[in-house]
Amino acid sequence: MSKISVKDLNLFYGDFQALKNITLNIEEKKVTALIGPSGCGKSTFLRSLNRMNDLIDGVKIKGDLKLEEQDIYQKDVDVVALRRRVGMVFQKPNPFPKSIYENVAYGPRRYGIKTRKQLDEIVEKSLKKAALWEEVKDRLSKSALGLSGGQQQRLCIARALAMEPEVLLMDEPTSALDPIATAKIEELIVELKKEYTIVIVTHSMQQAARISDETAFFLMGEVVEVDTTQKIFTKPRDKRTEDYVTGRFG
Amino acid sequence: MANAQEMLVTQDKFTHRKNLKKDIKHSLGEYIIEKIIFCLGITSVIIFSLIFLFLLRTGLTLFRDVSLKEFLFSKNWFPISVNPQYGILPLVAGSLLITAGAILISVPIGVGCAIYISEVAPPKTKMVLKVIIEFLSAIPSVVLGFLGIVVLANWVRISFSLSSGFTALTGSILVSLMALPTIITISDDAINALPKEYREASLALGATKWETIINVLVPAASSGIIAAIMLGIGRAIGETMTVMMVTGNAAKIPDTFLTSARTMTATIAAEMGDTVRNGTHYHALFAVGIVLLMMTTCINLIADFVLNRARKEGR
Ligand SMILES: Nc1ncnc2c1ncn2[C@@H]1O[C@H](COP(=O)(O)OP(=O)(O)OP(=O)(O)O)[C@@H](O)[C@H]1O
Ligand SMILES: [Mg+2]
Repeated sequence: MSKISVKDLNLFYGDFQALKNITLNIEEKKVTALIGPSGCGKSTFLRSLNRMNDLIDGVKIKGDLKLEEQDIYQKDVDVVALRRRVGMVFQKPNPFPKSIYENVAYGPRRYGIKTRKQLDEIVEKSLKKAALWEEVKDRLSKSALGLSGGQQQRLCIARALAMEPEVLLMDEPTSALDPIATAKIEELIVELKKEYTIVIVTHSMQQAARISDETAFFLMGEVVEVDTTQKIFTKPRDKRTEDYVTGRFG
Repeated sequence: MANAQEMLVTQDKFTHRKNLKKDIKHSLGEYIIEKIIFCLGITSVIIFSLIFLFLLRTGLTLFRDVSLKEFLFSKNWFPISVNPQYGILPLVAGSLLITAGAILISVPIGVGCAIYISEVAPPKTKMVLKVIIEFLSAIPSVVLGFLGIVVLANWVRISFSLSSGFTALTGSILVSLMALPTIITISDDAINALPKEYREASLALGATKWETIINVLVPAASSGIIAAIMLGIGRAIGETMTVMMVTGNAAKIPDTFLTSARTMTATIAAEMGDTVRNGTHYHALFAVGIVLLMMTTCINLIADFVLNRARKEGR
């Protein structure tokens, strides 16, 4: 079943068309990988799934974008409610200048969870899921900005998980991580897909091959090919896809 | 071989010198400049120390005639009566009351306005507001004081049905008017300087715009906002004349905002001309100056402390 279905999506930054006629279904409780060269519109596409592009001046969006049959660009859609269901981890780690604890508790607090006990539980659970708990459990009240880049990224993942979203959008979540942390995050993603629908942007072909079920290949704002990951990596239909996944691109 | 030697020489002209010995000419120039800057720096320290010493010596002379206890705790400031009394309490109370009032008025308005300008207002409204604020800060403070006498004092008198509109409240409103442009501009800068990632992160977590402002942006910009408030109020309080024009200047401890009050600065400015040099009154005004200096130093230290803490929490 499709969790998100996109039909004929066109996106413009002013006059520049960043996405062209994107048609793509994102399956529920699967990992969908978005691959493609830099600047091809992966982040832009990802950000249109939770309407983060609304924040940029001069963005125009046309087309159908449905989350479980509900058009998310309809006038009467509550963006706040949408973003609670569709969480996001950004390309650059962006923790708040608050304590580690407060970073993770931020989302739940907005839901109205107030008791210390509940928050403690959520914080611990989320940090454990993001493979960060052991490193920070003794300094939860310290500033998150004192963490290393990779730790910050895992904190951002924990922060997104704390909201228990249905869909998790991840923009190159492991690009700042060492191989060990990367492996942990990949394990986590595989674990998470039991409950969540995951869309992940990655530049690593091996990563896409390892963890994703579906793969979409983007090029210059278009989706060249979307299929099961196995097909994309073994029997791509398009020559350009083949060149890209085998590293002969360019 | 010879060729290589030549190449080295030509290269030498264009890139760095290869030997590591000090160049006399170069280091001499460095030495002189260093000394000049040192002298300039030390001069300002010396000047400040001399001023401070002079203030201290002249002010402390007061205590040959008046006891420290009377100066600090007596409730009366009657320097030119037959039986002169030099109690600084009413002046300190006046200054504190007017400052506190100004903070109460200007902080919510100023910070609210900065938030509105930087986060909420559509671009055109933003432009218009910025121009208005610029204009407000360009009004000479004496002109504001004049308007304060004619318009503000009248308004205060009528709205609170008082016999006189020259009250501490009038002074507070005027000071906050003068402080507002600084508070707004600097707070706005502080909020604008925040990385857009904070905003995005918060909104992506399903926070509303308002929750984002209150829970992320304002705390993250808090050190800048506190600095803005300190600067704004500090500058406005320095406008002795303007405050003097509208507060009535009765030297008694004000019990509400709606009575006349007199500040330390206004007292010094108004009375210094009438004193006998090296008389008790003259010394008393210097002693008031010392108290004022101590209070501003204290406030600056507290502000530094708060700023440092806010910075540490941020990083
Ligand atoms: N805010 C913006 N305003 C104007 N153009 C933008 C903006 N953001 C992105 N673009 C343009 O849109 C195109 C797609 O950008 P996007 O960030 O989606 O690429 P990407 O596939 O995520 O690249 P990368 O792999 O480097 O992250 C690029 O050409 C980029 O220059
Ligand atoms: Mg990107």
